[in-house]
Amino acid sequence: MSVLIRGGRLLDPANGVDRIDDLLVADGKIVAIGAGLQGDQVVEAGGKVVAPGFIDIHVHLRVPGQEYKEDIRTGTAAAVRGGFTGVVCMPNTKPVIDNVPVVSYVVNLAARDGLCRVWPTGAITKGSKGDELAEIGDMFEAGIVAVTDDGRPVDDSERMRQAMIYAKQFDLLVMDHCEDKALSAGGAMHYGKVSSELGLKGIASASEEVHVARDILLSLETGARVHIQHISSRRSVELLRWGKAMGAKVSAEATPHHFTLTDQIVADMNYSTNTKMNPPLREEADREAIIAAMVDGTIDIIATDHAPHHIDEKDVEYQQALFGITGLETSVGLTLDRLVRPGILSLEQMILMMSTRPAKLVNVKPPALVEGAEADITILDLEKSWTVQVDEMESRSKNSPFIGWTLTGAPHATVVGGKLRMLEMKVVAE
Amino acid sequence: MAGLKRKDILGLKDLSVDELDLILNTADTLKDIATRPIKKVPTLRGKSLVTLFYENSTRTAKSFELAGKYLSADVINVSVSSSSVQKGETLKDTARNLEAMGVDAVVMRHSMGGAPQILSRYLKASVINAGDGMHEHPSQGLLDMLTIRQKKGSFKGLKVAIIGDSYHSRVARSNIYGLTKYGAEVWLAGPATMLPQGYEEYGVKVTTKVDEALEGADVVNVLRLQLERQERGLFPSIAEYHRLWGVNERRLKLAKPDALLMHPGPMNRGVELSTAIADGNQSVILEQVTNGVAVRMALLYLLLGGGESA
Amino acid sequence: MIEPKALLMDAAQMNRALSRIAHEIIERNKGIESVALVGIRRRGVPLAQRLAERLQEFEGRTVPVGILDITLYRDDLTELSSVPLIHKSEVNFKLPGTVVVLVDDVLYTGRTVRAALDALLDIGRPSVIQLAVLIDRGHRELPIRADYVGKNVPTSKREVVEVHLTEVDGDEFVALYDLP
Repeated sequence: MSVLIRGGRLLDPANGVDRIDDLLVADGKIVAIGAGLQGDQVVEAGGKVVAPGFIDIHVHLRVPGQEYKEDIRTGTAAAVRGGFTGVVCMPNTKPVIDNVPVVSYVVNLAARDGLCRVWPTGAITKGSKGDELAEIGDMFEAGIVAVTDDGRPVDDSERMRQAMIYAKQFDLLVMDHCEDKALSAGGAMHYGKVSSELGLKGIASASEEVHVARDILLSLETGARVHIQHISSRRSVELLRWGKAMGAKVSAEATPHHFTLTDQIVADMNYSTNTKMNPPLREEADREAIIAAMVDGTIDIIATDHAPHHIDEKDVEYQQALFGITGLETSVGLTLDRLVRPGILSLEQMILMMSTRPAKLVNVKPPALVEGAEADITILDLEKSWTVQVDEMESRSKNSPFIGWTLTGAPHATVVGGKLRMLEMKVVAE
Repeated sequence: MAGLKRKDILGLKDLSVDELDLILNTADTLKDIATRPIKKVPTLRGKSLVTLFYENSTRTAKSFELAGKYLSADVINVSVSSSSVQKGETLKDTARNLEAMGVDAVVMRHSMGGAPQILSRYLKASVINAGDGMHEHPSQGLLDMLTIRQKKGSFKGLKVAIIGDSYHSRVARSNIYGLTKYGAEVWLAGPATMLPQGYEEYGVKVTTKVDEALEGADVVNVLRLQLERQERGLFPSIAEYHRLWGVNERRLKLAKPDALLMHPGPMNRGVELSTAIADGNQSVILEQVTNGVAVRMALLYLLLGGGESA
Repeated sequence: MIEPKALLMDAAQMNRALSRIAHEIIERNKGIESVALVGIRRRGVPLAQRLAERLQEFEGRTVPVGILDITLYRDDLTELSSVPLIHKSEVNFKLPGTVVVLVDDVLYTGRTVRAALDALLDIGRPSVIQLAVLIDRGHRELPIRADYVGKNVPTSKREVVEVHLTEVDGDEFVALYDLP
């Protein structure tokens, strides 16, 4: 069955595509791009933007072992609803993804249940304990696309250095959750005026910056590729600029919550634990620095750090609540509403940050709007006004601070491997 | 008709000057009940009050208990060691259980900031915060203010020096919010590792030099040094703390001759303040305790005295 | 200004009634040696003070005057939508051995006096308690009666009796109104 995407503005900056045309998909591939094409199933895209499929390289699918929070089915449903054709999942599961059987389990489950593509990552160290190296080479053969101990930093710098050298053999990206645990110990939110007023222990910016600096220096030392996850502070951004200027192979991601919210929201939402994540929301100056870095390319991509948690884990005292919020279903809306519409970020930049570059970082063939390419396509509706509603969310967990927000700009349709998986923010039944 | 148009007292930050006046005036009026022969009025007869203490405290818990009993309410006390909380019951479930038992008010002390907010969301009953972590301790702030008002008449322009670990102090925070609303000049003095951020915006002066804070002060409020902080690297030794920041006779003389000496208790004699001044004639520490019962009675009366629609 | 339905007492009538009550207190208690007056807030207080002045004039003796705030003892607090302001009671004389004459402006259901009795008894134990009111308007809901009455006025429950005293209201009269 062929799918015709009709009349949309095709936009794929990496391949120099920017024109209004029809696009025909069949047998999982883009078979034709042109005017007046015919197809079995038609998706009207007039007035909409047709982009190469979006990929989120920082998602917690919670498989194996934590399916009460999210599983492959619900997580990928959330992803396609959010406009994503692929996600890269994190290994901090139960057990940790640090060996071949677990990698294979995830790969097979994803093939069976996934509504979009799922690429697993493997842990850097066994059990992510920060000690012995995990079987990175074997896991690479089994299908991981990057390594990370995400959830935790790698405390020991020598271990990190060796891991980077080892991972480099397979050209595997080393993703790091930058946090000096001694500096952040016991903290529940950003260390600043708001934490002082609310009587909550704070996590100083320096706890992230110390490791950002370390990782950049190690990357210079080893020539390995390192990726700074969820960057949150303005000084981290400055360090990143310096690192890139020095020629380090360092990349970085920013999350939508870090470019839309600040620590003030913890007070404004009266201690709601949907404002609690690690690294925490920081000050307005940090938020502005992140946006500036996204615009000038210092920050390479947008990734959500989608972290579903069960209500019993969140509906407790702020200090006790687990860190993390969901993000797959709001990322595109927030980016369009807060950055693209006000003219801060161009659509082209958005597409590079959400599709082309994330794919390249994990050595996945970037989706493209060219004949013969895999049909992984994201269609955006820049004018659609919608409100984030809990009961429309596909994710099994609803820990999001954006519930109730009204946004202009939404994902309109998601095509994965030629199949229409989402239309008008509803997952398409099979 | 008076009455607070709110269900809970979670902190002083959000109370208006009118509300603070109402509470202080009511406390002043109720104060006599605790000193006359028949220490009872029937006002809250038939109302039930639970004190829910996740952190140990004898004095605040007892103060609330007496306040409730003087007003003829039924009072029961739940402390962490003797309740199902130990078995891992969540705060939310504890709240719901209390509600199902028909409790009218819960007075809670907890070690984490923001905990009373959770309780207040799940309870139709009134919630009074008896101290949540480092965040607020409204009844302490109020009794401190009542004591100052009784002795000094008003707050405007008074120099109030709060000495000690104000970073970790909910007493300091509540005092700051309450006093600054009335135009008092608040100073915080203590070791640099124990001073909070961001209060300059409230007009509060922050210094590591305790003599500077004490100079010409009308009120000296000395905070308890929590000795566990020593292990955490915030200060090196009690001896050094006492030498550099302890309030003794020489230091107290820097304040006005009629300055009040206050302390939320319990005192570490010889650490944050010397015995001589703790027992001296400027000390109003015991009046604070008396005022504590009065303030707590006032809060209970104002929250529970009326009907369901209150 | 709503017009009253009837003027029950003017200033002169009120004065004469208070003088008469003062004489009755003296007569009933065979002198005022052990007598004290306690005014029930709000308007009972100036009335008690005026009675004290008259007793002073007639017997040449100062009678102690106390103030009683009965808010904390009301039986209808739960029916109010917000709690009333409370004020201090001031009874600065010994109660044992004392004849306390409670003074109020209007006696109606009797509940205020009931609350006043409880409030007074929580302060101490007078040997005798008597009640003086300017107006008794009937419709008792409790077994309470006044010992001294300025004027008996039959009323219906749809009417309101208002006492104006110079000290509180700036003018002086007792009037009857229909309930709005």
